[in-house]
Amino acid sequence: MIANSFEYSSPATLAEALGLIADGAKPLSGGMSLIPMMKLRLASPEHLVDLARLPELNYIREEHGELHIGAAATHHDVENAPLTRGKCPLLAETAAHIGDIQVRNRGTIGGSVAHADPAADYPAALQALEAKIVLRSASGERTVSTADFFIDTFTTALEPGEIVVEVIVPVEPGLTGTSYQKCLQPASGFAIVGVAARVRRDGDNFGPVQIGITGLTGTSYRATAVENALTGKPATEETIRAAAAHAADGVDANSDLHASAEYRASLAVSYTARAIRSALSRSA
Amino acid sequence: MNRTINVSVNGKRHTHEVEPRLLLIHYLREVIGLTGTHMGCETSLCGACTVEVDGKAVKSCTMFAVQADGTEVLTVEGLAAPDGKLHPIQEAFWNEHALQCGFCTPGMIMVSKQILERNPDPTDAEIREGLDGNLCRCTGYQHIVNAVRTAAKAGV
Repeated sequence: MIANSFEYSSPATLAEALGLIADGAKPLSGGMSLIPMMKLRLASPEHLVDLARLPELNYIREEHGELHIGAAATHHDVENAPLTRGKCPLLAETAAHIGDIQVRNRGTIGGSVAHADPAADYPAALQALEAKIVLRSASGERTVSTADFFIDTFTTALEPGEIVVEVIVPVEPGLTGTSYQKCLQPASGFAIVGVAARVRRDGDNFGPVQIGITGLTGTSYRATAVENALTGKPATEETIRAAAAHAADGVDANSDLHASAEYRASLAVSYTARAIRSALSRSA
Repeated sequence: MNRTINVSVNGKRHTHEVEPRLLLIHYLREVIGLTGTHMGCETSLCGACTVEVDGKAVKSCTMFAVQADGTEVLTVEGLAAPDGKLHPIQEAFWNEHALQCGFCTPGMIMVSKQILERNPDPTDAEIREGLDGNLCRCTGYQHIVNAVRTAAKAGV
């Protein structure tokens, strides 16, 4: 399988890259989704701009109680960096679930979120973390919430000429327990359903809880009905089961050869309960 | 428009003018002539095409050669010593009968190298997790897991 011909640029600076993208070039990061699509000729960009080599996009650093992750940070970096492992373990745990060693060595967080595959892993965690996505074009920069960024299948808030330059996640407070639980399609490794949970205790009750779900429908979402059914209630198995039952409320579940809509919705309930249980056991 | 790339492959420097759409595996096999790296599924699932680029295992069917400009590439041909003495992982694959047809073996060996570099004493579960991106249709994997464990004991 050979891609259509294209022009390739590997600029030395982000400004230069944004200039080429403003003129219609397509950004290439790790290429783990774009290159297979080009080989299948589902995508035939005429001009690719390589972002993966830009030092300006390759960092993980802590500033003002938040972690700033450059778009070109690989899944391997996010999985293993002491900063993410120590201060945002949910994101590191989620990165470890993506693909395989070789894919995690090349694939980047910016490329993954910009691609917005409905079965991608990161979106569940980013929803639960209430992450911010920083977008930049040749004419300026703006920051959008995860909830506003992911719109639908392969559809995001990115405007023509804009790229993802950074993902911002909170430094996790020490008492919060987090967990990512995934039912994976064993051949592709993609999520049939993936659930990220952040749980705080309030005495014997659930305190604030955030739940992000991927794979179930066209895009990731916050399961607010589940969150509302937990907060303030006793931290018991009964509460968890009753709350998790709302995981797919109002959601138009995807159906494909791996899982029917009904089965997917049932998986979402089960994996939401697992994620809450696991996160609760890690909270203090 | 063709681009000139400079790549070190198994320690030897190469300069070629290539089409941007040329995949790294085709560059290695057809331009350089190193056919030890195998093209299996062509869809980044099977891992037979695994090589190292700047010390990181990658699937060379899902990378353009131009993306490897300025990097150091290591293929299975670069593992043995100049005198022909096999790399300990190759030795372990041989001794543990970790192959039948051998098609997946170059990729298996290259990813095993990465597994052991990052975790010198892996559990069987960690070995299996590490081999997740590589398919073998002959062995049922048990002898491959044995080989990685044996190589770990040999202190790769």
